[in-house]
Amino acid sequence: MLDDFILRAALAGLGVALAAAPLGCFVVWRRMAYFGDATSHAALLGVALALATELPVIGGVLIVALIMALIVSSLSERQVSTDALLGVLAHAGLALGLVAVSLVPGQRVDLSAYLFGDILAVTIGDVVMIWFGAVLVALLVVWRWQALLTATLNPDLATASGGNPRREQLILTIALAITVAVALKVVGALLIAAMLVIPAAAARPFARTPEMMAICAMILGAIAVFAGLAASFYFDTPTGPSIVSAAAVLFALTTGLSPALQRR
Amino acid sequence: MKLIESHGLTLGYGQVKVLRDVSFAIERGEIVTVVGPNGSGKSSLLRALIGALKPVAGTVSRANGLRIGYVPQKLQIDATLPMTVKRFLNLPRRQKAAECDAALTRAGVPELAGTQMASLSGGQFQRVLLARALLGTPDILILDEATQGLDQPGAAAFYRQIEDVRRELNLAVLMVSHDLHVVMAASDRVLCLNGHICCEGTPEIVADAPEYRALFGTGTQGTLALYRHDHDHAHDHSHDHGSIH
Repeated sequence: MLDDFILRAALAGLGVALAAAPLGCFVVWRRMAYFGDATSHAALLGVALALATELPVIGGVLIVALIMALIVSSLSERQVSTDALLGVLAHAGLALGLVAVSLVPGQRVDLSAYLFGDILAVTIGDVVMIWFGAVLVALLVVWRWQALLTATLNPDLATASGGNPRREQLILTIALAITVAVALKVVGALLIAAMLVIPAAAARPFARTPEMMAICAMILGAIAVFAGLAASFYFDTPTGPSIVSAAAVLFALTTGLSPALQRR
Repeated sequence: MKLIESHGLTLGYGQVKVLRDVSFAIERGEIVTVVGPNGSGKSSLLRALIGALKPVAGTVSRANGLRIGYVPQKLQIDATLPMTVKRFLNLPRRQKAAECDAALTRAGVPELAGTQMASLSGGQFQRVLLARALLGTPDILILDEATQGLDQPGAAAFYRQIEDVRRELNLAVLMVSHDLHVVMAASDRVLCLNGHICCEGTPEIVADAPEYRALFGTGTQGTLALYRHDHDHAHDHSHDHGSIH
């Protein structure tokens, strides 16, 4: 049954949605959307690295995404305004990645698969890899949940109660790099950040606690994956963008409904 | 027993030194207030004492296993982060529901557990921060301008709450404040900072010190006396104020 490509695609998408949702909540709460952009754009450089060194693609992406995430994370710790610098990194990472992929000798690469994902082409091996990464990210986030939340509220508050906000930032950084690596095949470098931010933002009106928001984001992310897959199947549209479009529609719906939800 | 102690502490950000050569200690049961003009290094001192700011020179030592209840100067909860008061009290460690209720009651806001943090008034928010700081039986409360955004009766009531908590739990209190006259009356010891320790001692000694008068003018002495005089009256007022919540 698992050789049915739609089923593999659904499983892959579900894995990405489950990992991206709680992590995406932190990206939203900590206002680090740029962080997701820069890290996921850097994935293309990782593809180039993998092609040039014959590493598996996921390995190359993981390494480069981790390096980029660490750079961005250390930049954002400095209090100086780094907005422009982060913008430069995010876009330069993308451009350099595109150039680097084209320079790798003897390779004819389908760029759009890396930019927008190619979820219908995932193999069983990919699905296993995606779920391995997704479970790892989920475990990291659940394990550090309380400390992450405290550090997100106020780093000094976390320090005063014996925590280490820098360590929590590092945990988020690692989780983000893993998510980028496993999501590349599903939604592509350009849209990974969207899968982080949109389900989380769409879940906000439903939630009274952080936990509720993370769970709602997972459910909405999963719905977006299924809806996007179905739309892509019936209307013959590109799948990754269809999934993100579905998430955006969900966001518009929940945000439109939010006055009614808030009145409860 | 000294809970936190610093020796020759010098603090700075990059090349800029904000505080130099501070030797300081606080013991169980004491209320110590740090006063000083803006930029005099008050918050930096507190951040160094809790371990959030690395000293440029000198040392900070905290008693083994010291439990700190900290109320930061600014706690901005992003609008995208849903957070009830009850959930907030359970960070970073889960607490028993009964203890959360007890802490809220002690902080003077027993009825707020189910409320969203974002919809609290300024005074309620500060009291919830205090309640959170009281959980987990702290040895010392460290408050950084905890009465920001409160009106004067509200601030006076808040400080009286702190005095009550100190009496009940026998903990140390270290706080930064701008409400000179209110705070000075409530403190055992005052530390006046302006890039270094200008003067320190009992409120009366500090208020008489020429260094203090140079910073805050001579008028404060009068206000302090006035406050002492009004203390009983203001106390009753605060109880009325508290019961409105």
